[in-house]
Amino acid sequence: MSDNLLFGAEVVLNGLMAGVLYALVALGFVLIYKASGIFNYAQGVMALFAALTLVGIMDGQIPFAHLINAALGTEIHHFGWHVPAVLAIVLTMGVMIVLAWAVNHFVMRHLVNQEPIILFMATIGLAYFLEGFGDLMWGSDIKKLDVGIPQGGSFWIEENTQWLAFGNENFYGFFLDQLDLIATVIAAILVIVLVLFSQYTKQGRAMRAVADDHQAALSVGISLNFIWVMVWSVAGFVALVAGIMWGAKSGVQFSLSLIALKALPVLMLGGFTSIPGAIVGGLIIGVGEKLFEFSIGPLVGGATENWFAYVLALLFLVFRPQGLFGEKIIERV
Amino acid sequence: MSTQESYLTEDGRTIGPTVMEMKHITLRFGGVKAITDISFDIREGEIRAIIGPNGAGKSSMLNVISGFYIPQEGEVWYKNKKRPPMKPYEVAQQGIARTFQNIALFEGMSVLDNVMTGRLRMMNSGLLAQALWKGKAEAEEVKNREQVEKIIDFLEIQHIRKTPVARLPYGLKKRVELARALAAEPSILLLDEPMAGMNVEEKEDMSRFILDVNDEFGTTIALIEHDMGVVMDLSDRVVVMDYGRKIGDGTPNEVRSNQAVIDAYLGVAHD
Repeated sequence: MSDNLLFGAEVVLNGLMAGVLYALVALGFVLIYKASGIFNYAQGVMALFAALTLVGIMDGQIPFAHLINAALGTEIHHFGWHVPAVLAIVLTMGVMIVLAWAVNHFVMRHLVNQEPIILFMATIGLAYFLEGFGDLMWGSDIKKLDVGIPQGGSFWIEENTQWLAFGNENFYGFFLDQLDLIATVIAAILVIVLVLFSQYTKQGRAMRAVADDHQAALSVGISLNFIWVMVWSVAGFVALVAGIMWGAKSGVQFSLSLIALKALPVLMLGGFTSIPGAIVGGLIIGVGEKLFEFSIGPLVGGATENWFAYVLALLFLVFRPQGLFGEKIIERV
Repeated sequence: MSTQESYLTEDGRTIGPTVMEMKHITLRFGGVKAITDISFDIREGEIRAIIGPNGAGKSSMLNVISGFYIPQEGEVWYKNKKRPPMKPYEVAQQGIARTFQNIALFEGMSVLDNVMTGRLRMMNSGLLAQALWKGKAEAEEVKNREQVEKIIDFLEIQHIRKTPVARLPYGLKKRVELARALAAEPSILLLDEPMAGMNVEEKEDMSRFILDVNDEFGTTIALIEHDMGVVMDLSDRVVVMDYGRKIGDGTPNEVRSNQAVIDAYLGVAHD
């Protein structure tokens, strides 16, 4: 087979993997949007915060160490123990649930029935607060996250795809990152769980009901506060998963919160209200930007990955504003 | 007659003991009194109407019963127990279902899904079991679906079961809302102006459904209406309100001959 074809195939595969990671972030947005009509600007920062907390707990860091040292004149930084990854993930999830409760209790609860733009502003505030709070709690240095996910190319895949060369001497099998492969599996499981949850459980149905009409939800016996805390917890969980994957890939640092910006075009494509849409949107963007860079990039001087997704999203906004899978917009006149 | 005994009405209907009692309810919004010292009861199996001209405080009364408003003074007794101040969803969980004057449905969901939400309080199998459709959850879902289908049949909305609510005309939406409230198998069903904005034919349909529901399921119904004619034919007993006060209470015949009621209705411009 020709070089170009094989290389193209590898580009597509890697694009799919990158797309999965975009989709993971987009999922968090969709969840909160579906359940409360809020576009949660803080989703990216939540992923950063989750990753910071996870690293902090694993390394036995003392939270607010800088603050304590400054106030009391002490020199403490570490508890001196290491927490195993699994336990640390469980503890971090606990922190995310507390965060969900706090967000609802101190912010969202007071903004019931406000305009979406007000709620959106509140989440911007939340994003900046959480960013600073994360720094204060765990410090602002770049951290390495190692939860035991293997990294580097998968030899198994490389060896088992060598036959595709059909005599082409330049081809040694596909190169796929193990971390990306694992992220794909985890994303798939996550989506299945979330779809089952929102379509087939009482809490899922209640969640959709709350998203639709607060008064009506109350009148059938649904507690709004409970559902909101639940939704923010689920979003926190998705943020944690995204934080682990991105953190393991590129380190835990401030730029992690910027992946949220890549989730925006994904949402435009997939539709703000569709869980499968977030996945498909992520994959299209992932593959699209890699293929575009591979085929058109050299002609325009490269760096197309920075803008391709947004242009694609713009096209979608013009021709199909509700996205691929979004709920059809019905307007009665 | 005692509140604990059943009795037979003039037209041969059996009315049960008191299920809910409002005692000296007063509700204020800032300096404005919406309800002033109102007491009345609702008995099991009856159709109880609250009528009055626009702005009489009827909807406020219904909102007190359903927990959307907490009155400053007075007590609400439900099933012989004094009810502490409650959130609306807690009231709903106790078996008091309601509809809204301006219709509050889940517009994005199908009719079937809307009606199913009425049964949320009856679902208590585990999260995992529900997601995987195993064991208790399966039996529960089947039972709930049966009940819901029965109500959908009963209210003659089979043909729109899968239609998103947002696409339905007004009259049908009202019926879907009634179906959702009924699905909760309420011990009291509160209807806020069930006939508002309907034409004569739709009003007749709705009246028939209300009577049938009461007859078939034995549901206790408390409804609000400002159109006196419809209500008099429907209800067993009527509370009449004007300017936040109770000015009459009794059977339709008693109320019709009550001078205060006649004055209130003749004294205001009324459609």
